[in-house]
Amino acid sequence: MNVTMRILLRSLMVSAWFVLLTFPVLCVKVAARQHTVTVLWERAVGMFAVMIGCSLLWMWYFHRKEHGAESGSSAVSSALAGFSEKWHGLTSNRVFSSSGMGVLLAVGVLLPLVGSMYQTTIFANAFLYVMLALGLNIAVGIAGQLVLGYAAFYAIGAYAYGLLNQYFGLGFWVCLPLGGLLAALAGLLLGFPVLRLQGDYLAIVTLGFGEIVRLLLNNLRDITGGSQGVASIPRPAFFMELSAEQSMNYMYYLTFAAMLVTIVVVARLKNSRVGLALQALRDDEIASEAMGIDLRTVKLQAFALGSCWAGFAGVLLAARINFISPASFTFMDSAMVLSMVVLGGMGSISGVVVAALVLTLAPEYLRAFSEYRMLLFGALMVLMMIFRPQGLIPSRKRAYSPAGAASGSAEGGRA
Amino acid sequence: MNRNAAHPVLRVSSLSRNFGGLRALNDVDLDIRAGEIVALIGPNGAGKTTFFNCVTGIYVPTEGDVFACRPGMETPVRLNGMKPFRITELGLARTFQNIRLFPSMTVLENVMIGRHCRTKAGILGAILRDGRTRAEEQDSVDRAYDLLRELNLAEHWKEEARNLPYGAQRRLEIARALATEPFLLLLDEPAAGMNPQETLELKELVLELREKFRLSVLLIEHDMGMVMSLSDRIFVMEYGSRIAAGTPEEIRHNPEVIRAYLGESDNA
Ligand SMILES: Nc1ncnc2c1ncn2[C@@H]1O[C@H](COP(=O)(O)OP(=O)(O)O)[C@@H](O)[C@H]1O
Ligand SMILES: [Mg+2]
Repeated sequence: MNVTMRILLRSLMVSAWFVLLTFPVLCVKVAARQHTVTVLWERAVGMFAVMIGCSLLWMWYFHRKEHGAESGSSAVSSALAGFSEKWHGLTSNRVFSSSGMGVLLAVGVLLPLVGSMYQTTIFANAFLYVMLALGLNIAVGIAGQLVLGYAAFYAIGAYAYGLLNQYFGLGFWVCLPLGGLLAALAGLLLGFPVLRLQGDYLAIVTLGFGEIVRLLLNNLRDITGGSQGVASIPRPAFFMELSAEQSMNYMYYLTFAAMLVTIVVVARLKNSRVGLALQALRDDEIASEAMGIDLRTVKLQAFALGSCWAGFAGVLLAARINFISPASFTFMDSAMVLSMVVLGGMGSISGVVVAALVLTLAPEYLRAFSEYRMLLFGALMVLMMIFRPQGLIPSRKRAYSPAGAASGSAEGGRA
Repeated sequence: MNRNAAHPVLRVSSLSRNFGGLRALNDVDLDIRAGEIVALIGPNGAGKTTFFNCVTGIYVPTEGDVFACRPGMETPVRLNGMKPFRITELGLARTFQNIRLFPSMTVLENVMIGRHCRTKAGILGAILRDGRTRAEEQDSVDRAYDLLRELNLAEHWKEEARNLPYGAQRRLEIARALATEPFLLLLDEPAAGMNPQETLELKELVLELREKFRLSVLLIEHDMGMVMSLSDRIFVMEYGSRIAAGTPEEIRHNPEVIRAYLGESDNA
């Protein structure tokens, strides 16, 4: 058929170009010592084949989409839709929802007792990322303010603890709220000048902010220790002496508890008067303002609420790994957290939690792929945007029960 | 009634607005008395929407004054330069010519947003969910639902606003505006895109709402049948200037108006 031929031809062209462009980098092996140059022909052919496959799939999909075929009928997205239906079915049922929470709790509590120290560590790390992703979810997912330099707030929390402890001997429990507060203040500080910015412009400014913070930490050597970072940050005190492993577990439980608190608080914020105003802001700024919402207040709330969680997470990180340096707060970290929000589903609490856990734990258990991690992320991101732009588990509508509505119709939430 | 006659709910004098070299509004006067339905008509591009935007704070007027006065209030408030949300708080609420709902939120939530400026719960209340917060929220939900019933939208309350049929979206905008408890409702071409039957229902609805909520209404509309039968007074604009004002009867026979409208159909 004509269309098929065209798609085939274009795929061939695209793949040929791809191989040609990447040939010098991926298919030519230069051993400088031996003065030999090997050309990996098999690899070139393999890449060519894979590219043809991918681009055929790609163009076929777009062709179908253009010609009105239900995008939901494709295997991947219908599988995902089925999954999220089931998920919502499970979570909207009170019994299952609470037993789901119970399982999560049980696993979280038992893990250090049954798992190795390595597993405890990576899970504690994953929980931190859940906190970060939920925090960013307030600004990006719920309020629609594209913040790119989120790691800066994480850094502010971590350095707040590191430096306040180093210079003033302040303890963990004092620094935990202080770290959150300082990060929230930084959020406000960033919020004021960008009140009039939206979308791409906001993204660029916040990206710049993230870099500024990192560069400051790097270059204010006398205060922050520069790239050497801050070392020997103490763990929070406990009632008795703890062994290395015990104190590791202690930190794990603290992080776990902090994550649970974050989940509850962010879920409540989302389902509140403030949360509703944030969602209105995301949908239409002019209409929100005309309907009586003070844009300034609401935007600043979004920034402050979003960044304070990064502050808390930063303090917890500093306390757990005892050493912080600017290298832990790069743009890569911001991008990681942002992809968790996007993949999980903008504004969706359960989606973001799942995405954060998967994206932090999967690379640990799939060490073999760790080199290609970013590549896989990118591919995953692109595929998600095509097949399922609303995310893994789309944000669920809250169920209200108006007095006037027929009783019983309030159940279920989705109409 | 006498008191109301003393202070119109809206008094606009010599209002002008420039966009660069373009004078979109030129020295426009307009007043609305309590309980009146006033129509603002004129060809496309006459500046009617710009007038709305200046009154509701979305644009700042270049020159002139806008005063609003809630019936029973002693002194009028000057609206020039006030933020849109303050003007809404004061009691002016509007709809948009090109519908601006919150598309991803449910119908009920759209109306609940209208309650935002009449409720108080803050961040702490959201986190603690204390009795007062929950009561306030339930009150918002109930009032929003009642408004939906008022506007024949109750059956849609759980749907996303973007999935509503066109006419229902227009009504939802009115419901959302009413949720802010306005004394003056500004409707920007509410019947645009509606069929004659829907337009007729809309007319009845506006009359009903005026009684029920003690509203004054400022209406931009192209449907002359609706304008003539609904309005107490009509203001006519062309090229940013007011060219006529009066009762429907006076406007119908005003040579200026006839010229403006016939002129338009010549061009069309
Ligand atoms: N934000 C703006 N910037 C520049 N010109 C504008 C703006 N808003 C409106 N105008 C111009 O003002 C004039 C009046 O527009 P408008 O008030 O929308 O007319 P109407 O609602 O009567 O059809 C038009 O010429 C329009 O192009
Ligand atoms: Mg207009």
